[in-house]
Amino acid sequence: MANRTDIVDQAVAGASLPLGLRVSRFGHRYAPFIFPAPAVLIVAVIIVYPVLYTGWMSLQEWFASSLTPPRFVALANYQQILTGDPRFRDAFFRTIYFTLIAVSVETVLGVAMALLFNREFWGRGLVRTLSILPMMATPTAISLVFVMMYHPTLGVMNYLVTRLGLPPFSWTYSSKTALYAIALVDVWEWTPLIMLITLAGLAALPKEPYESALIDGASPLQCFWRITLPLLRPTLVVAVLFRSIDALKTFDIIFVMTQGGPSNASETINILLFNQAFSYFNMGYASSMAVALFAIVMGASLILMKVRRVGW
Amino acid sequence: MVTGQSVKRGLRTAGFYALVILVMLPTVFVFYWMITLSLKTQVDAAGYPPKFFRFAVTLKGYAEVFAKNPFLLYTWNSFVVATGCTLLGLIVGLPAAYSIAHWRQKGLALVVLVARIIPGISYLIPWYILFRNLRMVDTYQALILTHLVVGLPIIIWVMIGFFEDIPPDLRDAALIDGCSYYGAFLRVAVPLVKPGIVATAILSFIFSWNNFLFSVILAGRNTRTLPIAVFNMIGYEEINWGPLAAAATMITLPVIILTLIIQRHIVTGLTFGAVKG
Repeated sequence: MANRTDIVDQAVAGASLPLGLRVSRFGHRYAPFIFPAPAVLIVAVIIVYPVLYTGWMSLQEWFASSLTPPRFVALANYQQILTGDPRFRDAFFRTIYFTLIAVSVETVLGVAMALLFNREFWGRGLVRTLSILPMMATPTAISLVFVMMYHPTLGVMNYLVTRLGLPPFSWTYSSKTALYAIALVDVWEWTPLIMLITLAGLAALPKEPYESALIDGASPLQCFWRITLPLLRPTLVVAVLFRSIDALKTFDIIFVMTQGGPSNASETINILLFNQAFSYFNMGYASSMAVALFAIVMGASLILMKVRRVGW
Repeated sequence: MVTGQSVKRGLRTAGFYALVILVMLPTVFVFYWMITLSLKTQVDAAGYPPKFFRFAVTLKGYAEVFAKNPFLLYTWNSFVVATGCTLLGLIVGLPAAYSIAHWRQKGLALVVLVARIIPGISYLIPWYILFRNLRMVDTYQALILTHLVVGLPIIIWVMIGFFEDIPPDLRDAALIDGCSYYGAFLRVAVPLVKPGIVATAILSFIFSWNNFLFSVILAGRNTRTLPIAVFNMIGYEEINWGPLAAAATMITLPVIILTLIIQRHIVTGLTFGAVKG
């Protein structure tokens, strides 16, 4: 087929070949480029270009609200972030702290739930279905429900807490508890993800180690620490990786419930940067924070991927 | 002896189910509370101690949402943006996923994965400046394009898996029979992965529907989507919880229905890149 068209090609000297045939030969030869081309174009416009632009903008000083053009300030924004801005420093540690708290609670609870559900029982499908709902439900709507549940005097949460004999909390209404109250929402939303990933990991575990452990008279607890947990590690690392990446970037629930308050108590980097960009229109400075946040997320991902390979 | 043992087993089963119910209670309760709150009268909704089961059911909350806000417009906006994002994502993403699966274009797959890691807010500043200069803030086009950042990676990554599962023989047979790559893609591959397309389309629709961050900046009075509309309601309706809960319920309901349709694929969609590739 190809040979014959080559001969025809030579005979008619290319140009007079029917257009349709030329197009289809071109299409065949370059198919591996033509298929992804539209996606590559879109990715270039909506992902690559903005990322490069943010990097470039982070080296400028520019207020989008003013008429003065951007002024090149080299690394001054970064210097300001790293050394001269206590608010950013607080937001940085708060972001890390929030992620650590939320993800570790989610991991412990998620694994415990997976161990509980890792058996055949009536209603297993229903449990799975219910577990998916918090992850998919619109975060804005969920945050709104929690805003009402957290209300200090009329909210159902304080009613439940006092019924349990605990003192009422201020939840998102006090700077002492706001971050924890938000982390609780994150835990509510995302523990099921860790549970479902772990459940899939448990289903793939080999049976042999347990059989020999049983013969050796190991207790269930020993089995868990010595066999299940080490074998599950790759699965768990993936789960924690995904959760950490997203927890570091948490925006919706914080913005809807507290907008970073009260008195900045729940202001993570994402929130601070959003306000710098879209309340103060301090685009250059906000861009440098965006680059910093990206670096933090990337750094966390790389650390976790390393953990996947080396021992505990 | 035998009865003693079966009683013990029965107790253990009962204990197990009690534990299961206890564990699932918080999940169910939040949704239960949202729905019941939306059906309560203003007095009951803000009453203390709260009423869990016995309250007068009313649809006033829902009526008020529609009376005080152009809620149908917001719903329509959300629908247009999510559908546009999903359709465009499929048109562009399916060939890309096919290509990555068959020509093993790992680099391309990696770029898409990195897009998943980059914080959404780092796109937002350039977009805002760009769309403001193009006078495209508050247009469907701007929202659809930007929501693709969430939709396209999911479509591509989940579909790579489905395309990889097609037996290579089938594709080769089509090529030998005189199909071009394009014919093999459209007439053989795409029909084979139809269930996958439905699942990814729904996933991408939900993610666009739920998106808050991009829309809060790029949507305006004419294109405001549901999450933004509900967020704006908070300030005014401080204690009038019925309408707030009604709005929350109405946003969440379509998502829940769609989720139930494709529940098998949700975890794959949420953790794409972890298993395959």
